[in-house]
Amino acid sequence: MSELEIKKLSNKDFVSDQEIKWCPGCGDYAILRAMQKALPQLETNKEDYVFIAGIGCSSRFPYYMNTYGFHTIHGRAPAIATGVKLANPKLKVWQITGDGDALAIGGNHFIHALRRNIDINIILFNNEIYGLTKGQFSPTSATGIKTKSNPHGTTDNPFIPAKLALGAGSTFIARVPDTNPKAMQKIFLDAEAHKGTSLIEVLQNCVIFNDKTHGNITGKDVKHDMQLWLEDGKAMIFGREMDKGIILNGLKLEIVTIGKNGITEDDILVHNAQEENITLHMMLATMHSPNFPVAMGVIRKVKTMTFDEGLISQLEHNIKTTKFKSSNDLFNSGDTWEV
Amino acid sequence: MNKDSTVIDLEKVVIKFAGDSGDGMQLTGSQFTETSALLGNDLATFPDFPAEIRAPLGTVAGVSGFQVHIGNTEINTPGDVADVLVAMNPAALKANKNWIKKGGTIIINSDSFAKKDLDKAGYENNPLEDGSFSGFNIVEAPIANLTQETLKDSGLDGKSIRRAKNMFALGMVYWMFNRPMERTKKFLQNKFESKPLVVESNIKVLHAGYNFANTIEALPSSYTVTKADIEKGTYRNIMGNQATAWGFIAAAEKANKQLFLGSYPITPASDILHELAKHKNLGIKTFQAEDEIAAICSALGASFAGDLAITTTSGPGLALKGEALGLAMITELPLVVIDVQRGGPSTGLPTKTEQSDLFQAMYGRNGESPVIVLAASTPSNCFDWAFEASRLALEHNTPVVLLSDGYLGNGAGPWKIRSVKDMPDITPFVAKEGEEWQSYARDTKKLARKHALPGTKGLEHRVGGLEKEDITGNISYEPENHEKMCFLRAKKVERVADFISKQKIYGDESGDLLVIGWGGTYGSLYTSVKELREEGKKVSLAHFNYINPLPKNTAEIFKNFKNIVVCELNNGQFVDLLKSKHDTFQFKQFNHIQGLPFKTTDLKEHFNTLIS
Repeated sequence: MSELEIKKLSNKDFVSDQEIKWCPGCGDYAILRAMQKALPQLETNKEDYVFIAGIGCSSRFPYYMNTYGFHTIHGRAPAIATGVKLANPKLKVWQITGDGDALAIGGNHFIHALRRNIDINIILFNNEIYGLTKGQFSPTSATGIKTKSNPHGTTDNPFIPAKLALGAGSTFIARVPDTNPKAMQKIFLDAEAHKGTSLIEVLQNCVIFNDKTHGNITGKDVKHDMQLWLEDGKAMIFGREMDKGIILNGLKLEIVTIGKNGITEDDILVHNAQEENITLHMMLATMHSPNFPVAMGVIRKVKTMTFDEGLISQLEHNIKTTKFKSSNDLFNSGDTWEV
Repeated sequence: MNKDSTVIDLEKVVIKFAGDSGDGMQLTGSQFTETSALLGNDLATFPDFPAEIRAPLGTVAGVSGFQVHIGNTEINTPGDVADVLVAMNPAALKANKNWIKKGGTIIINSDSFAKKDLDKAGYENNPLEDGSFSGFNIVEAPIANLTQETLKDSGLDGKSIRRAKNMFALGMVYWMFNRPMERTKKFLQNKFESKPLVVESNIKVLHAGYNFANTIEALPSSYTVTKADIEKGTYRNIMGNQATAWGFIAAAEKANKQLFLGSYPITPASDILHELAKHKNLGIKTFQAEDEIAAICSALGASFAGDLAITTTSGPGLALKGEALGLAMITELPLVVIDVQRGGPSTGLPTKTEQSDLFQAMYGRNGESPVIVLAASTPSNCFDWAFEASRLALEHNTPVVLLSDGYLGNGAGPWKIRSVKDMPDITPFVAKEGEEWQSYARDTKKLARKHALPGTKGLEHRVGGLEKEDITGNISYEPENHEKMCFLRAKKVERVADFISKQKIYGDESGDLLVIGWGGTYGSLYTSVKELREEGKKVSLAHFNYINPLPKNTAEIFKNFKNIVVCELNNGQFVDLLKSKHDTFQFKQFNHIQGLPFKTTDLKEHFNTLIS
């Protein structure tokens, strides 16, 4: 369809006729609405979106989007999304996943999708618990948490998704709490604009099995002091009074107060999301409460060739330079004989 | 003494090349095969090699063999036993002592029969001296020393010189069977394009072997096998896995689709991936995934988005693919899974052949999960069955499991080149923009649902692994709907029987014994039935390629025979399937699970006990 024919879509165009079955108060609603509001801001036809999910509460998401959708099997959505994108690179492919789906059963596919940098967007709903199976700990649950599957408290160390993603070679990493739908919309648009695998971790609340697990970061009373909103090219300043900043002291990050001990705004680190070296992005990704705020926004956004671009350029080159125009040419090539 | 004058015509001959896995026996064997194919011989090959890339040198475990059967008459098996064995060391001799015809010729690399070589092979005495091989025509050739001598001034390093000795053996066999060396020279020139010294040295050694065989008096005479009398046309030599790959290339062209292969390397299926990966020039997309599961999932994603999507694997890989195959089944998307079967269970015998994945292909998924199952039966007809698997998948919107096996995949034979133009079109069952469409509404004849490709305006919809309501495709937990959908999906696969050809029979339509087989055992079953029929026995063969559903005339065929025997390289899987579908018949069974093809002599001996 030509661009002229694109009609302005509204958020209602993206609402499917299916009844939403998430628990009342679930953080997933905010993510769904943010998506339905973000997509009409782009000039892509509805039929060119494909939402692909694995298994878990988050993974019902495609049923509620009035686009093409594929609710697949546990952990495997990155591989299915990869196939969709390679078959038809024009499609905008979104993968919806959770902390269990992406980091436990699907860990292998998750890291390999990031490594290849195929042009899809992954939204990881991180509620640090298994919801659909009714409350077992997940690979992001805090050490010591008591659940049905470990009544004496976990002895597992949790993954930090962004840390894992950096190790896997991710080119776009963002983090956003489900309490900030406006910022979420913007990040969704940034992710769609990024060529390569975009990972968006949403700190999402499970009201039933892990209520307020992110409360110490997202609570109204603490959010200003516990969230550092990163913006490319801007100083890392936060706090209710916007008077706190991050500096690099030796090989460690440190919080300082502007106006104290001779510190001025010029001393504060400026965020560079496009820096290829992962060192500082790793430090930012791993900052955590209570001693540090949690980094929000786009932590990393670097340009490099995507897997799909690479494959397509190889295909085009080979098609252009070959003497084989059809399978007949191939079958009759090399040594043959007549009977 | 020149003995060029004594050339004896043979109808057929079986030659086996055997040596250490590093001796280049596979290459030597395939060179002899290619050259014979170009002379117009009919042929069948059987490469037999260990799973280890380089097992300890000189041991029986490390012996790699390549058997080729050539003839001026119809050839359907690589032969039970070899007429000529080339043994590069004592281990190769030991490993093949039961696979050489009494009185056959054995060409020995006599330089490798020192005490230490005999020790490694586990021989206490030299078998050439203790009478173990009396009655055989032993040709002792100092292959290593003569190769060394030929190349002593070549400037080639010692390792490369040692590696050239397979060309000496090949040269000898070329002389023995009166074959021209041009094809192999051309091959060497292409393979070592950037190393002219290696090309020149190998060709020199090839000639040295040829001339040595001509000169010595140990070889009785030179033989020839003339052109086979087969159907007219243009032919080429093809390996089974290559034929499989090409069948899909043709199918994609006839379906007007791009071909997508999602794959994870596994023996003996990897050559299909290698072959397709070469042909980006035909728009073919291959994706080497991180594991077997991602391989099938990427293919399923590509199918959802509109490609002809396939995934290749072998037994253990099919086990990993089970869940995704179930998803393809319930979402009713076209997908072909190729299982090049190997010896199982578990890791089993990775480089050996077997037919023991039939149950897994039929039943290896959770829930009621029927799929179409097909089996190729010769290396070259892998082409046709890959094409047929694609046709059924795309026209009926369902996954298809295509069973090949290690013997078919690695085996080779002449292939009459198909004209793709003259092959039937494949019509994918896909909804168009503007069409009245519901995601789970069905065609009344096929019972297939139409798929709508992402990107088609107005047909946005969701599919998934949760049970769907008939017609609307909405999620449904309704008890009656679930049962209805299970029946519909089963019936849809059964209905495929209306769209496939009838089961053929070789021989008379009634008689004392009906031999039943399926898949890769065709050559040996056909040959043994043919030989018994030539003796006047009332034996016929029904060899199945359609496994699920079975052809509609299956029971018709069975009822006209006094005895039915089902022969398989497993513990009786197809026979169980037949018993469950056609329980009025008495099926006998004949099974081998040794990782090897049937020997025709074993089959004939057994069939004779059933009819006497």
